[in-house]
Amino acid sequence: MGSNSLHVLKGIDFTVKEGELVSIMGSSGSGKSTLLNILGMLDEADSGSYTLDNVPIKNLNEKIAAQYRNKFLGFIFQSFNLINYKSALDNVAMPLYYQGMKRNERVDRSMHYLEKVGLGKWAGHLPSELSGGQKQRVAIARALASDPKVLLADEPTGALDTTTSHEVMDLIQGINDEGKTILVVTHEDDIAHMTKRIVNLKDGVIIDDKYVEQVRAMNHV
Amino acid sequence: MFDVERWQEIFETIRMNKLRTFLTGLSVASGIFILVILLGFSTGIEKGISSQFEQDAASLIFIRTDVTTKEYKGLNPGRRIHLHLDDYQNLSRKYEDDIEYKTPLYTIWGGQVNYENQTGNYRIEGAYPENQFIENESMVAGRFLNATDVSGVEKVVVIGNKVKQELFKNEDPVGKLVTIYGINFKVVGVYSDPGGDREESRVFIPLSTAQRSFNAGDTLRSMSYTVKMQDDFDQAVALSTAMEKSFENDLKTKYSVAPDDSGAVRIYGTLEEAKKIYTLIDTIRAVFWFVGIGTIIAGVVGVGNIMLIIVKERTKEIGVRKAVGATPASIIGMVLQEAIFITSIAGFLGLFLGVGLLELISPMVDSAFIKFPEVDFNTAITTVLILILAGTVAGFIPARRAAHIKPIDALRNE
Repeated sequence: MGSNSLHVLKGIDFTVKEGELVSIMGSSGSGKSTLLNILGMLDEADSGSYTLDNVPIKNLNEKIAAQYRNKFLGFIFQSFNLINYKSALDNVAMPLYYQGMKRNERVDRSMHYLEKVGLGKWAGHLPSELSGGQKQRVAIARALASDPKVLLADEPTGALDTTTSHEVMDLIQGINDEGKTILVVTHEDDIAHMTKRIVNLKDGVIIDDKYVEQVRAMNHV
Repeated sequence: MFDVERWQEIFETIRMNKLRTFLTGLSVASGIFILVILLGFSTGIEKGISSQFEQDAASLIFIRTDVTTKEYKGLNPGRRIHLHLDDYQNLSRKYEDDIEYKTPLYTIWGGQVNYENQTGNYRIEGAYPENQFIENESMVAGRFLNATDVSGVEKVVVIGNKVKQELFKNEDPVGKLVTIYGINFKVVGVYSDPGGDREESRVFIPLSTAQRSFNAGDTLRSMSYTVKMQDDFDQAVALSTAMEKSFENDLKTKYSVAPDDSGAVRIYGTLEEAKKIYTLIDTIRAVFWFVGIGTIIAGVVGVGNIMLIIVKERTKEIGVRKAVGATPASIIGMVLQEAIFITSIAGFLGLFLGVGLLELISPMVDSAFIKFPEVDFNTAITTVLILILAGTVAGFIPARRAAHIKPIDALRNE
């Protein structure tokens, strides 16, 4: 944050409906991460409006932002961002901890989501004992744990090899099939085509927004 | 604070970072340890010095004479000055209102005292009854001298506890006869003295009896006065000083002693000395606190520093926590609680080590100026409070820094 201001996004106008699986594409510097940060309430736009589930998101103080993030959003990061001294189960349970949920209930629910991503047996393992793909699955389970409205995935396959990437995308598609709204930021074309809608950003504006025929990741595995 | 989850988190981080926690703890523990030891010794010094003063009344003025060292008004040096009973009476009359207790003294150093087959050499003091209060004697058995003993020139003696132990062993001495230089004296009492053995190996007989028995006429060896306690200490010191000056002048004038002859008439006032010593004690205590607090500050800065590094190291983790819904308050709480926890545990460890060491060495330290160093309960509580405060201060700046971490910066892909 220097003193020189730089407008990264210059008028983004788009709407995502419930249940959509959208990919946001663009080269680096196109503003896709900034967009995701604004959607994720990690950053605020200088102007414009953002409405999530009919709730206007504006003038958030840190506390409210934290509560909204907890309630509405699940994050999936390129580098997984698991806490390395906590077991897979405890990582998944963390959003629930910040909701103030009791431990027993938390463990039940986290276990449920871990099983959903196929890692029930790995609940007690530390992230360092898991492969990259497994880590990302734990991160997905964590994002799902608080049952958010929207999942925001920032290059979810960026650190994974092709096979693992497709496994993760298969999981994401499955979650979308159950009706969850998901936004995926990516710069990989094949990943983008596994979503249902591709939004192309360039220099802070949308240059292309189209619905595509979804390629099932299963076919590649 | 009583959230089990929070504690689990703290134990987890501590377990993962043993060395870091150990080093942090060490700086705090040694700070508290040093503070406790210093405070213990300051108490010890205080007690040691106070016990020096308890031997006698705190406001004592003691007068004795010796030989002149200077030629004055045609008189040669080397003249021995003898005090007389009328000197005592004159001085007593002059300051009647300000004097609390008074006694003239005739002393025999190392006089021989016998009881049956037992013999010992003790200091023999011819005195007045009020000497009991001047010397701070408390009776173990029988009574002290009284006015009748003095006026009747009775051959009675009050012996110290040490004398009793040496001459009488387990026998009750009251009513028994002892001989001093072959003269029979009846024991009427046994006293104990806060000054211990040295002060208890004396015997007191009536002044009149002493003067007659040892052919002293009406001469005295010395005189003791105590000054009435004034409203405040400084006033008492001033009065005591004025009296000392006046006594010295009167006696030097009467016996034609040069005003600057410091040997012939010697006057010693404990109040003035006491004032100096108490100022010294206060200074020592202040310095010890200062050094101790300084050490703790160094420890706290160390903890703060390490917590800052911890926060820096955990930037990413804190970013993740915030992304999944941690409020700033919960982040501050987490860091602060860890800091307070580490300082408290380490501090208590230092406190216990310090107190333990003092307990261990305390019985061995019993010299004139340091006696049984220890920390009292209040001091311990004070250090504990300082500790917790220190932990809070040490944790607060890093905690706030942690709360201000922006998740986007923390999570930016490396």
